[in-house]
Amino acid sequence: MSEFLQQTVNGLAWGSIYALIALGYTMVYGVLRLINFAHGDVYMIGAMTGYYAGNLITRGLPAGAAFPVVLACSMAVCGVLGFLIERAAYRPLRNAPRINSLITAIGVSLLLEFGGQLLFGADPKVFPPLIPEQPLFEIGGAVIGRIQAVIFAVALVLMAVLRFIVVKTRLGKAMRAVSFSHVASQLVGVPLDTVVSFTFVLGSMLAGAGGVLVGIANPKVEPLMGIMPGLKAFVAAVLGGIGNIPGALAGGLLMGLSETYVVGYVSSTYRDALAFVLLILILLVRPGGLFGKSVSDKV
Amino acid sequence: MGILRKPVSVIAAGILACWVVQEFATPWINPYHLQILNTIGIAAVMAVSLNLITGHTGQFSLGHAGFMALGAYASAAFTVHLNPDALGLVPILPDWAWRPLFFVTALAAGGATAALAGLIVGIPTLRLKGDYLAIATLGLGEIIRVIVLNLEFVGGARGFTGIPESSNFFWIFSALLVLTVLMARGVYSLKGLAFLAVREDEVAARSVGINTTRYKVLAFVLGSFWAGVGGGLFAHLNTYLHTNSFGFLKSVEYVVMVVLGGLGSITGSLVAAALLTLLPELLRIASEWRMIFYALLLVVMMILWPRGLMGQRELRWIRRVKP
Amino acid sequence: MRRTFPSVVFTLMWTVSAVAFGGGGCAKPGAKTIPVGEYGSLTGGTATFGQSSHQGTMLATEEVNAAGGLLGQKVEVITEDDQSRPEEAKTAVLKLIKQNNVVAVIGEVASSRSLAAAPECQKSKIPMISPASTNPKVTEIGDYIFRACFVDTFQGEAMAKFARNDLKLSRVAVLKDVKNDYSVGLADFFEKTFKAEGGEITVVQSYSEGDIDFRAQLTAIKGQSPDGVFVPGYYTEVGLIARQARELGITVPLMGGDGWDSPKTIEIGGAAVEGSYFGNHYAADDPDPVIQSFIQKFKAKYGIVPDAMAVLGYDAASLLYDAIKRAGSAEPAKIRDALAATADFQGVSGKLTMDANRNAKKKLVIMKIENGANKFHAEVKP
Repeated sequence: MSEFLQQTVNGLAWGSIYALIALGYTMVYGVLRLINFAHGDVYMIGAMTGYYAGNLITRGLPAGAAFPVVLACSMAVCGVLGFLIERAAYRPLRNAPRINSLITAIGVSLLLEFGGQLLFGADPKVFPPLIPEQPLFEIGGAVIGRIQAVIFAVALVLMAVLRFIVVKTRLGKAMRAVSFSHVASQLVGVPLDTVVSFTFVLGSMLAGAGGVLVGIANPKVEPLMGIMPGLKAFVAAVLGGIGNIPGALAGGLLMGLSETYVVGYVSSTYRDALAFVLLILILLVRPGGLFGKSVSDKV
Repeated sequence: MGILRKPVSVIAAGILACWVVQEFATPWINPYHLQILNTIGIAAVMAVSLNLITGHTGQFSLGHAGFMALGAYASAAFTVHLNPDALGLVPILPDWAWRPLFFVTALAAGGATAALAGLIVGIPTLRLKGDYLAIATLGLGEIIRVIVLNLEFVGGARGFTGIPESSNFFWIFSALLVLTVLMARGVYSLKGLAFLAVREDEVAARSVGINTTRYKVLAFVLGSFWAGVGGGLFAHLNTYLHTNSFGFLKSVEYVVMVVLGGLGSITGSLVAAALLTLLPELLRIASEWRMIFYALLLVVMMILWPRGLMGQRELRWIRRVKP
Repeated sequence: MRRTFPSVVFTLMWTVSAVAFGGGGCAKPGAKTIPVGEYGSLTGGTATFGQSSHQGTMLATEEVNAAGGLLGQKVEVITEDDQSRPEEAKTAVLKLIKQNNVVAVIGEVASSRSLAAAPECQKSKIPMISPASTNPKVTEIGDYIFRACFVDTFQGEAMAKFARNDLKLSRVAVLKDVKNDYSVGLADFFEKTFKAEGGEITVVQSYSEGDIDFRAQLTAIKGQSPDGVFVPGYYTEVGLIARQARELGITVPLMGGDGWDSPKTIEIGGAAVEGSYFGNHYAADDPDPVIQSFIQKFKAKYGIVPDAMAVLGYDAASLLYDAIKRAGSAEPAKIRDALAATADFQGVSGKLTMDANRNAKKKLVIMKIENGANKFHAEVKP
């Protein structure tokens, strides 16, 4: 029983990272119908920024302040990066066939990966310990670490903020309008370019936060770290119903949990296949994803 | 116009030409250049077969390397585990007759395995639209890799060694020739126009009585079959297989060839396969920078030249009827 | 336009390839240098190992050239990147042999790439020496293929015996990298020997290279309460595995192989790797002047502490240069014979003798991590 509980905790913590990355996919897909393959690499840049920021800027800061500063740095850098990527690579192709945008996305992704290997070096870097690691409490034999708790909390707060932006603000309304129809939203005066840029910035910031959180929990960052989590986070987004914010959260958590349970109770050798088996199954049974039907929250 | 009126004689003449080149020309070619030539041939098989799925029928697959892996492993397992020596049989036919026959069977077995997988996955997933299919096929590629890693009789994580070196210029380019001629004949025949119709407008295609699902599955299965054949050629050229050769990036490379060449242009696929195989070789001097050049090229290419090198044009002899 | 466009493209293509392959021509080995080929993963998934090994090789080459070169000529190393892909390795090696006319080839770190490229070296009768491919099959390809490291069998057995007889462990769990041939091989031989020695393997779990979350596997391992965990992986993952193991309350000793040897293991693992044991090629705290001067030179040139791959890259190159010197000729066949006759060669990783199967016979040291440093613990003779 304690093992099951522990696995559940592991799965939730890992799943909340998937969820943060999945949110970016979901928003961009909702607005542009584009699988932004570079998103996983933006997450990598977030982690790398966290590494440098953590080592350079926060030297003099007290222990408690370092984490928020680094988090803000990474989110800012990734926001700018997301803006630039959209501006330079995706905008010229907005009206081109879907497959062209997809290949551009892959190109940007490769550029970030190999550029990262050249710029940062291929060897893994050790993420600075921003939050001292210690077990927070124990329930029924399951250890919950302080870091796991922080990850979960930060992820939830960011998602709540995001939901507020999407549901309550004017820009959020514009995003929803754009995701419904490009043409119609432009007809009623929604500035398409601004909204798309904003979506990329927002999604990239979340990925940046994901990068820092991962860095804290698993202090090893390297230029290719974004590939697999990126793909799996996309699967999580599809699982929850792409374009749907609570769906991305649920999809991420579900992915984290199911991967963990498969390792714990079936076989770890097949773990990497699981995400994709789940994906194919869900596409067959419910192509819209678990929450795909609710149009109201579509971004 | 077009020599495709007589496909059988074209194929026969082409295969004979390949044999002549193999026997009399290849010993004089630098083996490094020959290797590149053969790699181009295999890339072309992969690109042309993917073009049927993505270019002509408009179904976006990111799992072509997965099907290639299936074909490679299946055909290699066939030649390694089912050859007469391993089974303790004595072939009735003389050496020069049964060896090519055996290799063709192995390639066909590889192709059939890939086609079967394509059928199993294709029927359900081809109901999905565009991007979902891309992701589902991407996932399939990964699943295949994970399964192969756990199969001991094909080497698992340590790789598959001891595959006979049966592929050569003759086999690769004969296969490419057969594929190209059949494709051109198929796609540019009246019936074949159905593939293009599915790509252009599915609803309209259905309304004129085309069973769109059937054509989509057909394209997917045929494309997978040839990807499997390409994999078989690859396995017996390199004599060693490891799942790392069939990653996501490999699938992407083939998609890029198809798009760069021009969606739906067989000529384009051939040209792009050659260019994109040569390019990294030429960029060797740039070492660490070459993948960055490649990535930049993709982005710039898509922005400046979105329809690819050939658009939908073909060399004259590939066309039979105008779509 | 419709007719001419394709032909323009074709003409362009042929011109490009003619310039690249025809015009460039093959530079014949001049009288001045001895061309030696090196291929490795400078980019791609395992770039960090390829780059390390490359640094070691270049350091050895620099030294040889500074000392006047070989046979009165300078050594010229031509390096090709294989992007961490097996089929690229084959093409790269063909280029080195057929275009650059190298007399010998150094590479690759990963067995999968060595296995893909070695048949070409064998076919062209160019000696190839792999710094770190531990899969026994690599040198089975032919009599021109050598390696500068021990094989998985030896290391797996050594670690299993050490765990069973010295640490007196009886129930050990294994956590291996399922996509990595090195890890899978080492795990297999470890399991076999450990069982033969009367121990029990409680559970075998796996991960894939690049993973960063191992908590699920470790929780399952903890459920079996083993008295030791064998983690035959690379330093890129080992540090994290150790941290998460301790976090989850696994306190038993961790053990690993030479893949652990890197400053990163302790940097990432921190206190979590304290008290762990791993097999290695050399002990950096050994006062032996060969080892100490190598570490000094490496630090002076690259500003970092060498890891196992750098040491093996250095040794593979030194071994080859020594063989060329002894052969008194840069002819591939003579280099091969000299390599095969290598006996008691003093490398950084100890005295090395080529056995009849062209595998390096040399000692394995077992290191213990204590107070944030690798300490020599024991030695296993071949």
